[in-house]
Parts: sequence; structure tokens; C-alpha cells
Amino acid sequence: MIRVVLPAHLKNLARVSGELRLEVTGSVTQRLVLDVLEAQYPMLRGTIRDRQSGNRRAFVRFFACEEDLSNESPDAPLPDRVVKGEEPLLIVGAMAGG
Amino acid sequence: MSGVRVLVGTRKGAFIVTSTGKRKNWKVSGPHFGGWEIYHVNGSPADPDRLFASQSSGWFGQVIQRSDDGGKTWEPAGNEFAYEGEVGDHLWYDGKPRPWEFKRIWHFEPSPDDPDTVYAGAEDAAIFRSTDGAKTWQELPGLRTHESGPRWQPGAGGMCLHTIILDPVNKDRMFVAISAAGVFRTDDAGTSWQPINQGLRSEGIPDPNADVGHCVHRIALHPSRPDVLFMQKHWDVMRSDNAGESWREISGDLPTDFGFPIAVHAHEPETIYVVPIKSDSEHYVPEGKLRVYRSRTGGDEWEPLTTGLPQANCYHNVLRDAMAVDSLDPCGIYFGTSGGQVYGSADGGDTWAPIVRDLPAVLSVEVQALP
Repeated sequence: MIRVVLPAHLKNLARVSGELRLEVTGSVTQRLVLDVLEAQYPMLRGTIRDRQSGNRRAFVRFFACEEDLSNESPDAPLPDRVVKGEEPLLIVGAMAGG
Repeated sequence: MSGVRVLVGTRKGAFIVTSTGKRKNWKVSGPHFGGWEIYHVNGSPADPDRLFASQSSGWFGQVIQRSDDGGKTWEPAGNEFAYEGEVGDHLWYDGKPRPWEFKRIWHFEPSPDDPDTVYAGAEDAAIFRSTDGAKTWQELPGLRTHESGPRWQPGAGGMCLHTIILDPVNKDRMFVAISAAGVFRTDDAGTSWQPINQGLRSEGIPDPNADVGHCVHRIALHPSRPDVLFMQKHWDVMRSDNAGESWREISGDLPTDFGFPIAVHAHEPETIYVVPIKSDSEHYVPEGKLRVYRSRTGGDEWEPLTTGLPQANCYHNVLRDAMAVDSLDPCGIYFGTSGGQVYGSADGGDTWAPIVRDLPAVLSVEVQALP
């Protein structure tokens, strides 16, 4: 079970609270987790990754285990502690703008 | 009519303001989608309880919301706006080519007949249509791929398609306006488009007959006379009596002819409204006075409407999509300011009062007369 924390605006959009728990099978990568997340919550499509390019939106960041994973390959395995459900994958709205 | 519903988009959410047909006491609902920019909320004339809202943010991109109960509840709708075929380039601010890139939806224009059909104007400029109630969107690519497209450049607010007018008589005719390309018309339901900008004069454009490159802020028409168009250009208020084939200036005795919105009275096709703004470098009303100007002669001769509006120390702007008229009699007029007020007049502009105040900066105002 993969734990995911959404930023407040996306929690509101998806009408969820607290952490999400996603059933992800296979090699757990950032891309796979986001694919599962968007399949389960289709209203999130385009809000984390650009709809056309599939790239992370500029002001969205990914953190886990006190590391910034934003610029890691989307196909790189996520840290073991995320895969084991011991730590959440944090999807964060960057502190930008005013 | 039992009432009116004013749909307000702001920098930080949507608000719905309702009243009876007397338009005296107002009830405010919102913020809906708090914290998000709401560029536009508009309702279907065919089913007034069906609303479409453009919700966007610099962080999370474009979301489309739909309500089927007049804004009490909302559901996310389709937000995939894919340009058809080869995307191509337009001109960037530096004069270099830059590929079209979708940024946001500025404006919805629902079909007058079918609640499932709605048009959407995008930045970077393109027109999309949904025929399934905003679940999916298809571009009408003949506009973006017009031969002049590679010469279109963004205005300061982006290269946005901000105005869509569906001709109420000729169902194959539509008008759109793009900053800073100009006005375009289709006579074949959106398959092909032609620029209709002859007669526009824009300082800084060397060729006075340039077919594109004009910073048109807003166009409007009266449904009884769809060949008569009114325009607030960056500078200049303009009029066309031949569906845009040619334009002439009607700024007349306005104190300044810079501005954003323009609207036509619901029952008097020669009565039009603008809000003069000091200049393109000072985006606020002149002399600290918030004045709507009304012409009852189709332009050239204008009168200031001030009763109930602040006449000292007011430095607000009124954006292009932030003025609307209702269809009651007398006609109601509404506009929203960058200072968060929405003013209404239930007597054609003679007197005004805030229907809500101290909202976030207002981006758009629409009004529905409810049965």
C-alpha cells in the first residue's frame, strides 16, 4: 500500500482528506503511482502532470524520506520506505508567488 | 421573471449573487473553489441551471467545473484541451517563433439551444467546442491554423481568445476576438475563419491596413441586429455596421477611450456602455472617479453615469469580461472591479449600488434572468 499526501487544493478537488492509500502492483515508480492516483481520482488529471507532455507541472514538487525527488526520473524506483508504506510520497505545491 | 443570478469569477474563487426580479436585496454564495483563479463562469441559455466554470492556478493548471443545479453543487468536467494536428508557431514578445502552448480557458460561450454544447476560448489562442456537456473538448483548428497565425503575438495578458459571439440569426456565423491578433469571423460554423480588422488603427503598427496585430479588448452585439458590432479596443471604441467588414471610431466625447469591457443594452440596440480607464500604463479610472459611460446614439455621444458610484479616491479597473446586462425590463447592468466590488443598476445605468463588495479582484461577471 503506497501512502500519498496531496496538497490542500488537490485534496479539495478530489474530495479527500488525510493521506491516500493506493494499491500499486509491480515496480513502484513515481510514474506508476501517479498513473494509479489519476485512474482512481480522474479529476486530478492535468493538475500534477501536464496533460499533453506528461511532465511534472513546474510548481509541483515530489518529496519522500526527506529527499526532493522532483527531478528524479519518473521511472526510477521510489525509496524502499515509500514502497513498504513506512513513509508517504508527498506531492507539494511549491512555495512560489505571493 | 422570478429572479436574477449573477455569476462572478475572481482571483480567488467564484461567487454567485442572487436576487428577485426587483434586484434590491442580494444573497451571496461562495467562495466556490476558494483560492483558485476563476476566469469565467457562464450559464446555458437552454438550461439556466447548467453552469460552466473555468478554474485554474499557476500550480495545478486548468480544471473545468460543471453544475447542473445553478451552482449549488459542482462536478469536475473534462480538462483536456489538445490542439489538433501540427501545433505550429506564433510570434513571441521577442519576435521569435514559439510553439502554441495551452495555458488556460478565458471564456465559455454556451449554445443558446443545446445545454450540452459549449464553446471555450483558450490561451494560447484557439477555440474549442464540447458537445457532451464539457466532458470532452475538440478544437476548431481552422482558426489557429489561419495563414496569419504565425504572425499573432500575445498582449500583456497573454495570447488569449477572450470573446466568442454566436450569431443569433445565422447559426453558421461566429465572431471571436484575440489579444493581440484581432477579430475573426466564421461563416461556416467554425471550419474557416477570416480576420475582420479593416478600419482599426493601432498606434505602433506601421501598416494601417494590417489584417492582424490589433489588441481588441472586447466586442459585443445586440441579438436583434447581429451585423452591428461594438468594440472596445486597447485604445478606441469602434463600431461596425457590416458584420466586421469595416470599422469606424465612435469614441466621440469620452474622457479617454482606453478600456476593457463594452456592453449593449438588452432592449435598446443603440444604447451601449463602456468604462473608460485612464491609460494603458495606468489601469484605473481617471480622476479617481468610477464612471460608466453610456451612449444612446450608438456611439460618438456619451454621458457619464455616476449616481451610486464612488466619485473620489477610486482607482479600480474593470476587466474585459466583467460587465454584463440582464434581460429584464428595465434592463439591469452589472460590472465587477479590481477592488472586489460588483455594482448593479436596475434602471439601465441611471443609478448604481454594490450588490456585493470586498471580494477578491473580479475577473468576470455574467448574469442570468431566471424564470
